Parts: sequence; structure tokens; C-alpha cells
Amino acid sequence: MARAETPPARGIPLAKTRKARRSFAPRYPAWLTFPSLFYYALFFLGPLSLLILFSLAIQSGFGSVTYAFSFEQFSQVIDPLYLRIFGQTLLMAAAGTALTIVIGYPIAYWMARYLSTYKMLILLLLIVPFWTSFLIRTYALKIILDPQGYLAKYLNFDSLYTWKAVAIGLTYNYLPLLIIPVFASLERMDWTLVEAATDLGASPFRAFRQITLRLTMPGLVTGALLVFIPMCGEFIIPDILGGGRFLFVGNAIGDTFGQAQNWPFGAALSISLMIALSVFMVAYILFATKEERFGA
Amino acid sequence: MRSGLAKRLFTGWAVLVFIFLYLPIAVVVLFAFDKPSPSAIEAFGGDNICDISPANVGNVSVWNGGTTCWFAKGFEDPVYVNSIVTSLKVAAIVSVISTILGLAAALALARMRKRFRLPFDALVYLTLVVPEIVIAVASLIFFVQARNYFHLFPELGMNTIILGQIVFNASLAMLIIRARFVGMGDTLEEASYDLGSGPVSTFRQITLPRLLPAVIAAMLLTFTFSFDDYILPAFTNGTTQTWPIVLYSSVRFGITPAVNALAAIMLIATFVVVVVVALLLRRTRAARPREEKGFAAALGLG
Repeated sequence: MARAETPPARGIPLAKTRKARRSFAPRYPAWLTFPSLFYYALFFLGPLSLLILFSLAIQSGFGSVTYAFSFEQFSQVIDPLYLRIFGQTLLMAAAGTALTIVIGYPIAYWMARYLSTYKMLILLLLIVPFWTSFLIRTYALKIILDPQGYLAKYLNFDSLYTWKAVAIGLTYNYLPLLIIPVFASLERMDWTLVEAATDLGASPFRAFRQITLRLTMPGLVTGALLVFIPMCGEFIIPDILGGGRFLFVGNAIGDTFGQAQNWPFGAALSISLMIALSVFMVAYILFATKEERFGA
Repeated sequence: MRSGLAKRLFTGWAVLVFIFLYLPIAVVVLFAFDKPSPSAIEAFGGDNICDISPANVGNVSVWNGGTTCWFAKGFEDPVYVNSIVTSLKVAAIVSVISTILGLAAALALARMRKRFRLPFDALVYLTLVVPEIVIAVASLIFFVQARNYFHLFPELGMNTIILGQIVFNASLAMLIIRARFVGMGDTLEEASYDLGSGPVSTFRQITLPRLLPAVIAAMLLTFTFSFDDYILPAFTNGTTQTWPIVLYSSVRFGITPAVNALAAIMLIATFVVVVVVALLLRRTRAARPREEKGFAAALGLG
């Protein structure tokens, strides 16, 4: 990162022009970031710090807590029951992400490779379904997958309230989030490289594997993370399509705040989810900030 | 020959996937015209079959025949209408404040030194990548505690929904606007400064007009995100009912086709708004055809 910024040699003329350019470069004042910074500090970092504080607190009676430095809540999180929910969540999100890639990558490829005039229209058509409410769409999937519905009757595909329905729901709702970054990186790719490879005798599949796939890896990884992380925090899809039989961590957190009113435990579950996802979140942030450097 | 086959295969796959994407939408619209189940109609015996209460409509997940009465019914129900109005209000306020915050930050950040920019960027991406359920419960704890200790904070309700939603919507707006701002280069701004304009008039005369498509895209996107958001409002709403909250409880405890009817109308309304905005943007862009990239980048980030 630092390498790109440092001038190749410490030559005086170069340093001078850089400095001179900077004073001329039109810049808006840095204090314009202060409102957002203040806002994030108060309404994002503030709540998150309080969440950490609560996860270390002790529940003392219904709805009241005593601040402490106790790992009591976390010791409850490692209960096999909750560990299973965590495992189930990560596994389902991984399956959903894999399914999204398998379905979505060819679509992005098709858009970038074979479309010209209608490219933007297709991109728009990809987004239109997402203008209807997320809940309505998930409810519509429930109608489609209903055991008395046509799919179950005529194709014998009865999947409602099983992991299959949850996987379908996840894939459906997150598909464009994967297609768009992959499409963007395919658009930036130099297709003549693929041509060169096939001219030199590579099979189309080999050319794809060694050139297209590699060059679009940043977009694919960004998209996969963009899909995987929110899937792990999903809460509505397992509830509606899993019928409460297939819990995600999000449902467990919701229950501790809704029915059980055990906030410290809910806070500990939330922090545990963050810890479980931290590797992926850091990876995403690194990728996103890096991508942007190239993009600019 | 061979590449023709590949093309056909890919196109076939795309057709299948688009059917998959649009099937639920078609179902929403179709089931807005569904009758209550025959046994429910028989038991009811009244004139207007759409007056049957949600608990008694029977199975409306199968096609029972067509009626248009749900559309009127949906608009009569005060719970639905009030919640939609609340959601529209929340979304409007959230989108305006988020876009202003995002625009200000984008202007300063675009040409800021990396050492200051990267930490800010990391924070911005963090607000987007932390699962929303975590932000929601953290906000709930925060607003309740803040209200207990400092009474100037609002009670749980519409205000706390707005305050909570602005966090990630401001980040989204910032990224969309900055993508265009960085993409369009700074020569015109430079010229404006050289000719003696200050930052304020440069912004008004040069930067804002050129950024307008991105600003509008940011407003639209944050509006739809806020309008459609269930998780954060579900925790910080107090007694306020937003449209997704009403939807969720009706999905769980018995939905009537009236909900589908309202959803269908909103889908059409959104479609009209987006088409109108796209046409307007195309007209302003016609003079500068080279700047399409910014909008694509904006879409890409969404």
C-alpha cells in the first residue's frame, strides 16, 4: 500500500511538483467529513461499545442489568445448543453463497460477453424484482413452495420449512448482490487476452480458468463476501421459509430481545456473531478499499 | 459454430434465472386478485367477499378464482395505510439526511490523503458489513439507555428508527457519490478555482450539477433501502408501525390478498418513478454522453 504512494526516487524536482500540484489541486475542506464522523461516533460506535459493555454485564432480574466484567454470558453461548445454531448458520450461508455463485457467475459472464445494446437494460431488469418489499418476495416464495401449491403437486417438490426452502430464499434474495460486482470486474477485463490464449491453443475452458476467472477473482471475492456476511445475519428468511424449525443466529438474538428480555445474553450472542464473522468482515473491508484504489 | 453453442447455452441459463427472479413477482401480482377459499366464502355469506377477516380467508396460497375487490380493501384498512405513510415519511427523511451527510463526506474524502482517508473508509465499510441485526440490537440498547440517562434523546419510535437507519444509508450515499466524483476528474474544478471562484461557488456551479445523477441515485437508493428495512425498525420502533413491520406480522399471522394488492401498486409506482428519473437523467446527460460511467458505478455499488 505504502509503495504506491512513495515516489520511486527521492528526487527533489518530483517532490516539488507533487507539492506544487497539491496546493493547486481543487479540494474541498476536510471538515466536511466531520458531520459524518460525529454521526458514526455517536450512533454507530456508541451503540457498538454499549453492546460490548452489555455482553459483559449480568442480568439481575427481568429487564434489569448490573454492569460487570463477567464472561458469564459468553459461557452460555458456548453451550452445544447455541454452537449448533452458529454452525448451522455458517453452513447454510456458505451453501447459499455457493449456490449464488453457481447461478450468478454465468449470468454476469453472459451479460459482459454476449450483450451489447441491452446490457444496461438487463442490469436494470436484474434490480427491478428488488423494488418489491423483501418480505413480500419471501412470502411469494412461500406461496410457490407451499405443500399445496403447484410445485409440490406437479413436480413433487415439497420443500417448505426445510433447509432447501431456506437455501432457495437466501439465493433468491442475494443473487444480484453477487452478479453486480462480478459483472463490473468482467466489464473491466481485457477480452483480447482470452482471444490470445485460445489462439495459442488453449481450450476455452482452460482460457477461462487461467485468465477470466483469475482476473475476475477480486470481483468474485467481493461479491461472495457481500453475500455471505449478511446471509449469516439473516433473520427473516429462516423464520418465514424455515418455519421456525431452522434457526439462524439472528433468530436466536431476536428471541433474547423479544420474548426472553435477556439483553446481556442477546448482546453476547451478537458479539459472538461479530467475532465469528470478523475474518470475513476484515477481508471485505481490505478488498473494498483496495478495489477502490484500482477503480479510481 | 462452437461459440454459437456456448452463447445459446448461456442465454438459456439466463432465461431460466430471470424466470426464477420474476416468478415471485408474478405471484405477488397474480395473488392480489385471488378469492378467499370456497369454504370461507360459503361460511361468510355476506356480499363483499373481501370483507372476510384475514383469520378466516382460508388458504390463499392457491388460486381460488379472480376478484378485484382487494385493491379497494387495501386502501380502506387504516393499519396498512398509516404504516405506509409512516414508512414513506421515515424513508424521505432518512434519504435526505443520508445524502447530505454522504455528499459532504464524499467531497472531502475524494481527494484526501490516503493516511486520513483509509481509516474513514474502513469505518464506512464497517457500517455496511456489520450484520444489521447486530446494529439493530445495539441501537435498541443505546436508545433505551440514552433515554434513561440523558432525557434529551427521543423515546423509541419514528425518531429512533430514523436515527438508526441514517448510519448505513449515509455510508451508501457517500460511496455512490464519491464513485462518480472520483470518476469525473477534477479539471473543471481546477479551472473554476483558477478563475477565482471559491469553494462555495465552485460547488454550486460546477460540482453539484455534474454530480446530480449520483446524488439522485443515492437519494433513490437510500429511500428504497429505508422503506424496505425491517430489521432495524423491528427493534427500535417502540409502538410505531412501519409497513414492513405490518407486513411481517401479517405474513406470520395470516395474510390477505389485500397486502398483495398494495404491494403490486407500490411496485408499479416505484417502476414509474425510476423510469421518469432515468428519462430525466438521460436528458441532462445527453449533452455529456461520456459520463455514463458514473451511473453504472452507482448502480454497481448498490
